[in-house]
Amino acid sequence: MQYMLLIYTDEAGMSTASKEQVGQMMAAYGAWTEAMRKAGVFVTADRLQPTSTAATVRGAGDKTKVLDGPYAETKEQLGGFYIIEVPDRAAATSWAARCPSVAFGAVEVRPVFAM
Amino acid sequence: MARSRSGRSDRCSAKGSQPLDENGAARDAAERVARRSYGKLVAFLAARTRDVAGAEDALSDAFAAALAEWPARGIPASPEAWLMTVARRKAIDAARRRKSGEGVADTMRMMAEELEEAAARAAEIPDERLRLMFVCAHPAIDANIRSPLILQTILGFDAAAVGSAFLVAPATMAQRLVRAKTKIRLAGIPFSVPGRAEMAERLEAVLDAIYAAFAEGWSDPAGIESRRRDLAGEAIWLGRLVTELLPDEPEALGLLALMLHADARRAARRSADGRYVPLADQDPTQWDGGLIEQAESALMRAASFAVVGRYQIEAAVQSAHAARRFSGYTDWPAILGLYDLLYARTASPVVALNRAVALGEAHSPNEGLAALDHAAEDARLADYQPYWAARAKLLAATGRIDEAGQSYERAIGLSSDPAVRLFLQERRASLAARH
Repeated sequence: MQYMLLIYTDEAGMSTASKEQVGQMMAAYGAWTEAMRKAGVFVTADRLQPTSTAATVRGAGDKTKVLDGPYAETKEQLGGFYIIEVPDRAAATSWAARCPSVAFGAVEVRPVFAM
Repeated sequence: MARSRSGRSDRCSAKGSQPLDENGAARDAAERVARRSYGKLVAFLAARTRDVAGAEDALSDAFAAALAEWPARGIPASPEAWLMTVARRKAIDAARRRKSGEGVADTMRMMAEELEEAAARAAEIPDERLRLMFVCAHPAIDANIRSPLILQTILGFDAAAVGSAFLVAPATMAQRLVRAKTKIRLAGIPFSVPGRAEMAERLEAVLDAIYAAFAEGWSDPAGIESRRRDLAGEAIWLGRLVTELLPDEPEALGLLALMLHADARRAARRSADGRYVPLADQDPTQWDGGLIEQAESALMRAASFAVVGRYQIEAAVQSAHAARRFSGYTDWPAILGLYDLLYARTASPVVALNRAVALGEAHSPNEGLAALDHAAEDARLADYQPYWAARAKLLAATGRIDEAGQSYERAIGLSSDPAVRLFLQERRASLAARH
């Protein structure tokens, strides 16, 4: 079964991290991704540009508006995602718990709708 | 089931003029007494009605009231009588509000009658918690839910608190707990302490469930999450309870000794600035000497029965590590001998891993690696962080630096504790210096 891990972290907090901390975090992400590949659960993943680059398209009445910024202003922002293939939710959450961002934010675990 | 029970980390309404920490201590003390009394009453009611969920329902409002009132007003002289009085009133009210014939009304009426009878001898309510523990860890109950079930029924932790400890969503945990309690009722699992013939096997299941709670609590050694930190303490309390109620069971004493030894090293596992400190690098003066002595005396008493078991052997390993505080060195050959014994009994992949590490220390890293290769034939180790960390250390010791780096990489990717992850990253970086 496929699950999406949606990674939410505080962009402002991350921008104040030292170069060393960022390096450690990137290395940890590399190791986590590689561990999932070796375990045969990795499907795909991507990191997103910060929400300052986002545009949101929304219908308003019979018009369609394009707004600058993310869909919602939140304390933590969606910064990337992984899709993994695992037997059940328990396995998905245990991989999510190993995400290096868990210590600084949250990882939402969502089953992918099977088509 | 809507319950107002809450874990201690949720409640921070400090009342009165006392300083905060004193207030916190009063709250903790009140909560501890409330949990003990609650568990005793749930066990008592459940043993008489065979309805665990019904017993919890009958007591839940009273328990919530105790958690709310006792910290501010003080612990009543007879906590159990207080809980029973409130619970009886609520049960009678609930039964009255509903039409007779409805299942809930019948349950509540039955509970009210039981409470009535119990109140008559409030001074001496028989302690049925041991029976309830044997029910929770019955072979008919799924092994994964036994530990959560004990934490909920004996200690009154809600599904959210138990779920967060076991990394399971609250709704899922609640559902599993309800299912298990229904099974207890429908399958007619007997509320009894097993006889001699069955004792060893049935007790092992109870001890395993307690140890599972301890291990989950232990996975948060920094104690950042108060619920988890408490969990290890609660597991030790359950371990003590079992040794009090079954004083002549060596394995129960062995488990208690094992948990106390591990707990004695809690503070030493982190440096002042929060860094992870592996056992080999820990300063023995940081270990809790009082807890080590308690552990040693439990283990000695266990040994006096001359019936060896898994928990006693594991406690003996910890005892051998603890001996470093006097001897200044670790007796690896002795530890290896204990793991040989343990592996012969359990054939567990984790024991095989620990045995390989001991072999690497006692003999040579190459022998340790060979044993580790053999252990890795069990696929369950493939995503086990300590396996890769141990492998990396042994590879580094034999000079296979590139492979050591790859193993550290795998361990880093599999760790969920930020302090451990950083420690492994530093170990990995220090390999590069050796190139």
